Amino acid sequence: MSDSLLQVKGLSVGIEDGQILHDVDLTINAGETHVLMGPNGAGKSTLGNAIMGNPVYQVLDGQILFNGEDITKLTTDKRARAGMFMSFQNPLEVPGISLESFIRNGMRQVSEKQMKLLQFKKKLEETMKLLEMDPVYAERDLNVGFSGGEKKKAEILQMLMLSPKFAILDETDSGLDVDAVRTVSKGIEEYQKQTDGALLIITHNAKILEALKVDYTHILVRGSLVQTGGPELIEEISRNGFEKFIEEAAK
Amino acid sequence: MNDAVKDSAVHYDPPIDTSTDDINAYLEGTNRSLYNFRDEGTDYYKVDEGLTREIVDQISKEKNDPEWMHEFRLKSLEIYNQMRVPDWGPPIDGLNMDNIVTYVRPKTDMKASWEDVPEEIKSTFDKLGIPQAEHKYLAGVGAQYDSELVYHHLQDFVAEHGVIYSDLESAMRGEYAQMIQDYFMKLVPPTDHKFAALHGAVWSGGSFVYVPKGVKVDIPLQSYFRLNAKGAGQFEHTLIIVEEDADLHFIEGCSAPKWNVANLHAGCVELYVKKNARLRYSTIENWSKNMYNLNTKRAIVEEGGRMEWVSGSFGSHVSYLYPTTILKGKGADCEYTGITFSGKGQDLDTGCRMVHIGEETSSLVTTKSLSKDGGIGTFRSAVEIRPSARRSKSSVDCQSLMLDDISRSDTIPEMDVCTEDCDIGHEAKIGSISDEAVFYLMSRGISEDEARAMIVSGFANPISKELPLEYAAEMNNLIKLEMEGSLA
Repeated sequence: MSDSLLQVKGLSVGIEDGQILHDVDLTINAGETHVLMGPNGAGKSTLGNAIMGNPVYQVLDGQILFNGEDITKLTTDKRARAGMFMSFQNPLEVPGISLESFIRNGMRQVSEKQMKLLQFKKKLEETMKLLEMDPVYAERDLNVGFSGGEKKKAEILQMLMLSPKFAILDETDSGLDVDAVRTVSKGIEEYQKQTDGALLIITHNAKILEALKVDYTHILVRGSLVQTGGPELIEEISRNGFEKFIEEAAK
Repeated sequence: MNDAVKDSAVHYDPPIDTSTDDINAYLEGTNRSLYNFRDEGTDYYKVDEGLTREIVDQISKEKNDPEWMHEFRLKSLEIYNQMRVPDWGPPIDGLNMDNIVTYVRPKTDMKASWEDVPEEIKSTFDKLGIPQAEHKYLAGVGAQYDSELVYHHLQDFVAEHGVIYSDLESAMRGEYAQMIQDYFMKLVPPTDHKFAALHGAVWSGGSFVYVPKGVKVDIPLQSYFRLNAKGAGQFEHTLIIVEEDADLHFIEGCSAPKWNVANLHAGCVELYVKKNARLRYSTIENWSKNMYNLNTKRAIVEEGGRMEWVSGSFGSHVSYLYPTTILKGKGADCEYTGITFSGKGQDLDTGCRMVHIGEETSSLVTTKSLSKDGGIGTFRSAVEIRPSARRSKSSVDCQSLMLDDISRSDTIPEMDVCTEDCDIGHEAKIGSISDEAVFYLMSRGISEDEARAMIVSGFANPISKELPLEYAAEMNNLIKLEMEGSLA
């Protein structure tokens, strides 16, 4: 048994319309930050969703191990309780539940120790400040009427409050302006520092990665991982795009 | 709508056959034990089953009616016999008037202190939390058990201002006798429909509230109606008159234990809101699922007056319930906020009707409807803008949430607009719980059942927050119970 935090082994995933991921292998250790890049439609979000257990995506073959346990068939809530988290590309609006009570409810589920209300309030306030969020958002219904930027910040806020062992950030930077990208990036950095948490950052854009320590970069093309390298790959892609990888994959 | 609820086409699955006599088939399921305890032997006197002139005479005699009321009952019976059963709503074939006991007197007369109410009846209301609520936040309480009030009490500090809160029977013989005669079933005449006529013939119990000019009652009055007897009907009459510039919040609660035969509720509520007065009427209806709830509620609002309805319908096998508001005076205003939850074996047809007569009148309707386990929820609204109602406004917004694909939800809005000089809006949405939203909540460690319950109570939240605190809590509990029932 290895001591890797997350192991994806030979994972093939499909939806009703057909197969998306082919035989993907990925290993992430505690404290590591991995970046997943690739052209549109390559299956990046599918990989994130499959790891998190979205029932829309069916595992056709392969395994997902977390902390050495096979979680391939576990429901999403149990994965979250085991220490997994995903920041959604399009966080959903849920009326009637305030952001604050949603976070508190989530914390009750994922952590064994209960935080006292005052302590919780204080931590929430501080974290919102770090993310430059107006405290009134805590009282507002979850994501309802939030701007794109506030929704993404609310996702990072949840990550920092729930402090998972491993977080998937699915295009957290998409649709954000420069300042918001910087703020969100600051939040991610805080997560790396605070919890020695592992990350899988799915992105198109190198901007969000500038201030972050990155250990590995993976390139996904047409559902297959075609290359893995260090942070220098990010720069290469920023310069030359994915063309080279797409051509290679076509061979 | 929103992300938690995805819009979808209206389902037209064949409705369950609710016309059968065997309601038993629908009674299994949700744990409603909170309301379901029953008392096997508290009735002291009851009339025979069915509806005849002899029975009506007997009720009238039993109640010591004044002569005009005796005649009114007999006239109503005649109308009842001539009218047809409504053929446009949920089937009520399972209701056979020959089997319904229309009058059941509990073995006590009305008391003004809970201490004096017989223990077995008092314990029912204790379990429902009525004396506790009275103690905490009510200005007065009336409690009806089967056909008669067993308790009625108004706090002194409210009575001092001349507010009257009593049972209708004693009001009919006391100082307000003429007023009762002038107002009783004038807003809802027995000719209105068959069950209004039935009510006119056999009505018993209910409350009379009179708030004098300028008096503002800042904490609510509450009447609670409990139907305990098997195979019985409850026909309480609520008559409320809020004089000029006065203000009242009235709460009505109802429940019944579950029996394996049909029970009937055909109450009648008549509300008079005078010039610049305000009345808020809140209801949580939680009849057991063998109940036919054929209730009629109507308000008339004079110049500058305001009527607010808050209505939660959870119980009953079949409901026909459409509170009507007649906006008569200039600038009269009505807000209707309602929620209906139809579960297994329930066919709940609810909604409201707004009749705009005065100039610059306005109505605002917000409703939510939930259906699950094959339940049928129908929302009917009727907005009438008469030619005289120039510069009036009306807005209707109804949202329905179907919790599975065997349930059904229909929206039937009707508008009859007779002047161009008005502003009318209508919005209706029917949807189901979005799987994506469930996944989102689950990704934070919340179980699937809880995620669904959260989405449902979030959907209901805008309505539940309009209810008095204790009732909002009760409603959330009911939703939770219903959700557990469906997901277990």
